[in-house]
Amino acid sequence: MRPTFDEMHAAPEQVRDHYEAYQRWLAQQPDGVMRARREEAEMIFRRVGITFAVYGDKDSGEGTERLIPFDLIPRVIPAHEWREMEKGLRQRVNALNRFIHDVYHGQEIIKAGVVPVEQITGNAQFRPEMIGVDVPGGVYSHIAGIDIVRAANPDGSGSYYVLEDNLRVPSGVSYMLENRKMMMRLFPDLFAGQPIAPVAHYPDLLLETLRSVAPGGVNEPTVVVLTPGMYNSAYFEHAFLAQQMGVELVEGQDLFVKDGFVFMRTTRGPKRVDVIYRRLDDDFLDPQVFRTDSTLGCAGLIGAYRQGNVTLSNAVGTGVADDKSIYPYVPKMIEFYLGEKPILNNVPTYLCRDKEDLQYVLDHLGELVVKEVHGAGGYGMLVGPAATQAEIATFREHLLANPSNYIAQPTLSLSTCPTYVEKGIAPRHIDLRPFVLSGKTVQMVPGGLTRVALKEGSLVVNSSQGGGTKDTWVLES
Amino acid sequence: MLSRTADHLFWMSRYMERAENTARMLDVNYQTSLLPQSTAVAEQGLRGLLSISELTSDYNNRYGEVNASSVMDFMVRDERNPSSILCCLRAARENARAVRGALTTEVWETTNQTWLEFNRLLKDAAFERDPAALFEWVKFRSHLSRGVQVGTMLLDEALHFVRIGTFLERADNTARLLDVKFHAVESDFYGAAEAKDQEYDFYHWSAILRSVSGFEVYRKVYRNVIQPEKVAELLILRPDMPRSLAACMHEVVGNLGLVANDQSSETLRRAGRLNADLEFGRIDEILATGLHAYLTQFLDRVSDLGVGISRDFLVAVH
Repeated sequence: MRPTFDEMHAAPEQVRDHYEAYQRWLAQQPDGVMRARREEAEMIFRRVGITFAVYGDKDSGEGTERLIPFDLIPRVIPAHEWREMEKGLRQRVNALNRFIHDVYHGQEIIKAGVVPVEQITGNAQFRPEMIGVDVPGGVYSHIAGIDIVRAANPDGSGSYYVLEDNLRVPSGVSYMLENRKMMMRLFPDLFAGQPIAPVAHYPDLLLETLRSVAPGGVNEPTVVVLTPGMYNSAYFEHAFLAQQMGVELVEGQDLFVKDGFVFMRTTRGPKRVDVIYRRLDDDFLDPQVFRTDSTLGCAGLIGAYRQGNVTLSNAVGTGVADDKSIYPYVPKMIEFYLGEKPILNNVPTYLCRDKEDLQYVLDHLGELVVKEVHGAGGYGMLVGPAATQAEIATFREHLLANPSNYIAQPTLSLSTCPTYVEKGIAPRHIDLRPFVLSGKTVQMVPGGLTRVALKEGSLVVNSSQGGGTKDTWVLES
Repeated sequence: MLSRTADHLFWMSRYMERAENTARMLDVNYQTSLLPQSTAVAEQGLRGLLSISELTSDYNNRYGEVNASSVMDFMVRDERNPSSILCCLRAARENARAVRGALTTEVWETTNQTWLEFNRLLKDAAFERDPAALFEWVKFRSHLSRGVQVGTMLLDEALHFVRIGTFLERADNTARLLDVKFHAVESDFYGAAEAKDQEYDFYHWSAILRSVSGFEVYRKVYRNVIQPEKVAELLILRPDMPRSLAACMHEVVGNLGLVANDQSSETLRRAGRLNADLEFGRIDEILATGLHAYLTQFLDRVSDLGVGISRDFLVAVH
């Protein structure tokens, strides 16, 4: 029997200390109240239009906009755990930013033999255009989303692991904020009785971060959010953040470059733009430099960027550091750049490009999780213990055809959290994505987005694959 | 403000206003259809309705025969008719969604809720059960939208473009409503010599008044029986009648002045000219020209203004 770890219960009838207050409250709720609140929450989410689009869904009208299921039982993190995690996150993101700077400058880490050169220059996310380009403060990933899970140890305790670094355009923060708002609206009494750390100042921190990385010499920088448009799956979040920060939400067609500077078209003529929080991938930013067929970006943008006349946030080329094949090297980066021991654990990872590792993976497909190096959103992965023989056989062929496209990790026994399902309350697997902001300083709000796999036994928490979300509480004491 | 944002705001409110006016028009037609009238007259009314919306050929191609239930379907919930209430509410909502960051939460939620709720009403067969109630509902959602805009939005450019959209669309719609009789019977309103026609006239003009919530207003202003030229005066020239052409143009000019930029002087001049014509015009002059001719020319000038506004503020200059 695999070990399990439940966030709320140490044993079936024993509630962990940090959930005690919640448990007391829950036990007092009359029958039917929680059901009514669930319906109320769904109605509000629909009216507010907190929806996401599902790719490949060709329905017209309402069908393409879905709600992300919201679960009423919060994920609670005790104060001491968060303090440790926060320290670890700062350390990790610092090291990753140092790494990206190094990759596009001296490449000291390659010279020192810590990371093999082909892992960097052979990486599809490596952007030669960025070599020698200086970005304000040397910060590349201003907004990082670090995916963290807690896994059960054989002795019944649990340990946090970083599963993945998202350094390009991590999304989900709007759900973190909206979930909190919803919980406070539905259950104000819960918040009155407990010291739950607030998160609503995130947009303020974000704006401060973006302003702090404006090009040199700009005193009152104009910040904008660049969205691919309203049919993008995360459009709600783009609009939400722009509104919360009080900045313009622009599309590529609203921007143009003249004499090396970026402007937006307004009802009063062109206005200069200094910082672009872009929510589209590098590939789409500038048809003159990257994908020529992209109409989402702005021609000449990269030219202006390289001249230092506009800041792109996140910087171009951060993908070189959040790739799954770079992930195993992060602990070494921390030691290399900061001279510190890593605070957060990495999951042991097998690189299938490596012959020995590949053989091990092939021999243990039934026990491992195998992922595509560039995959995202829970697509293109094999969860060995949950897969059928036929699925494993098919995956083996994919793997053999292109081994360097895959990595494998032991199947972690992800922690569970009680969650409302059809039959009542049942344990479901969860993860956590805290958001780390790096500008002049590194800042974050306590907590993050907790995602939950609603299907029984499932480990896939992605919203595109039937995942839901929960409010995340960091207790202040 | 981004030109594209202004464009979405302008169209958001235009579509909402259009949905409301379509509901008003359909409601009047529906109420009239409850009066004793011959099939021919009823059909005339329906044809007039299609004609003022410039949808006659579109309708004929799709449905052929003109009857009440098909015309209602076409105008209320036909997804392929861009002027149907359904399509207008969707367009209003899509435009709002595109710039939801520039709207207050209340404005966005009102627009979104209207769209979601309208779909639910159609699904529940609310329309079949009680068309008048559905039209009333659309009207009130539009009232609510405007109220929420004025009540929550900052008094800045965003609101000015919203208001320009509302009143330009309303000017257009009121002019079309006034012209409805011409479209129905292809004659101006003078010359109802026969008693029967006079009676018809009463119902026709009072229906128009009701469609713009102007029946009580008329009584209050004129303290008189319903007379066509007075109805025309009320809906064209009275600056204190909120749906009159004069009142609409007054709002358009006022808001345009607040957003003026380097290239908008010609558009402002034309708007001002149109406003002045209404402010200093007289109903006997207008009727001497012929009401239909006057309204046709008015609609052209409103459409020309729309083009100018798009060019000067909304469509990006490359």
